[in-house]
Amino acid sequence: MMMAVLESLVRMLVWLLLAPLLPGIINKVKAWVAGRRGPPVLQLYYDLARLWQKSVVMSTLASPGFIAGPAVAWVGVAGAALLLPLGPSSGGLSFHGDVLLMVYLLAVARFCTAWAALETGSAFEGMGAAREVSYAVLAEVSLITAVLTLAVQSGSVTLVTMLAPSAGPGAVLLAAGLFAVLLAENSRVPFDDPNTHLELTMIHEVMVLDHSGPPLAVILHGASMKLLLFAVLLTQAVLPVGQQTPFAAAALLAAGVLAATVGVGMVESLLARFAFRRVPLLLTTAFLLCLFALLLAWKGGAA
Amino acid sequence: MNSTVNILIGVAMGLNLLALASARLPSVIRAVAVQGMILGVLPMLIEPHFDWRVAFVAAVTIAVKGFVIPALLARAMRTANIDREIEPFIGFVPSLLLGAAGTIGAIAGARALPLLREHVDSLLVPGSLASVLTGFVLLVGRTKAISQVCGYLVLENGIYLFGLLLIRSTPLLVESGILLDLTVGIFVIGIIVDRIQRAFDTLDTRKLTALRE
Repeated sequence: MMMAVLESLVRMLVWLLLAPLLPGIINKVKAWVAGRRGPPVLQLYYDLARLWQKSVVMSTLASPGFIAGPAVAWVGVAGAALLLPLGPSSGGLSFHGDVLLMVYLLAVARFCTAWAALETGSAFEGMGAAREVSYAVLAEVSLITAVLTLAVQSGSVTLVTMLAPSAGPGAVLLAAGLFAVLLAENSRVPFDDPNTHLELTMIHEVMVLDHSGPPLAVILHGASMKLLLFAVLLTQAVLPVGQQTPFAAAALLAAGVLAATVGVGMVESLLARFAFRRVPLLLTTAFLLCLFALLLAWKGGAA
Repeated sequence: MNSTVNILIGVAMGLNLLALASARLPSVIRAVAVQGMILGVLPMLIEPHFDWRVAFVAAVTIAVKGFVIPALLARAMRTANIDREIEPFIGFVPSLLLGAAGTIGAIAGARALPLLREHVDSLLVPGSLASVLTGFVLLVGRTKAISQVCGYLVLENGIYLFGLLLIRSTPLLVESGILLDLTVGIFVIGIIVDRIQRAFDTLDTRKLTALRE
């Protein structure tokens, strides 16, 4: 019992401390491709520390939901991250059907971010929230199809057993689909440009435009944790991480997450943001990739 | 052997969807060309023994579908000087979903067909049905003559896949005849496209149904 609590604590610490590393790596990759030196890899840690010491500026229109939104969203993402196993070590929180809780915790986090964005009464943030949720509708379908594929493949709805084996014959399709979901869910290029500060084109950035101080730090940390969550999910879905010895699993997991992160950086360096009307097509493609992976998992098991 | 064939047909089915989702004419033409080349390789993989006639037909198929026809289409596109963006009649997302539904339906439906035992596990029949459906969607859903030609080519690829089921009993003369017809057909369409462009200043086939002096 004591060990399980201790293990959960260690896992939480790993999630909290390692998450802000990912945006740093992405920015480093982008800088390297562009031939710049770029910000240090630990930049987000400095930013978070700086933001944490600042005071909060609140709109006179905003209710306490403006502060509660980011907080609840952060807790939602952290809870979803805790449910996700890291390698063969079974999560202390694992139970039958926890994958659905993970998907819905992410949805709660999104709802709260959008809610906090609407609290300010700014037209821009309402626009960003509308975009965020309309993309999310399409991305969530792909995510659930991918989860369904893993469930069919492994005959289980518990994350630990679902993610332990590799994705089987449809692994390539599933990896491509989940990678597109990762890009869409984390508002990366080609769905959204995290660097842009032109209000008309932003999605995630515009939602958090009026947040400042600690709430903004919480939002930024939550976003980086979500990125890490999707990278871990992608790695474990495709590679048989759960069947290795703990050290091999940790190495494999780290390599997979690093590969996914560098992949995001490369996509961001080599692709331009898509026009809005093209985005549904891309998300539909991601959905179809996951759907065909599902078909392969289903038919491949039968044949 | 069979799994290689299935993987290749799977790639061809993926190319169907790529052709449906592409917004630019050159990428549709490229998708159809690659699909034609993949299908050209199949007879050699399906025949267990090396047969020089099969190899010859395969080589000619690859040359015609992979190089000659795309070159003719590219030339038609260049001489007619048309813009390369496709304006779909059925949008990209609906046509992609239609194609995917058709593909899944073909895979599910092929199980219900009374096939020979050696063809049950093969993707030949689903692949052929899916390509035929994709060809129909491209023919119906696109407004420009060249993308409709691409739809026709995908349709023909589907029929060719179906013909591979009977590879032992179809005379190779028939295959060569089809290839010749196809080449001549594309050649003629290339000329017609040029004519349409000159007469109507557009390749939009919807305009061809309107009467004018």
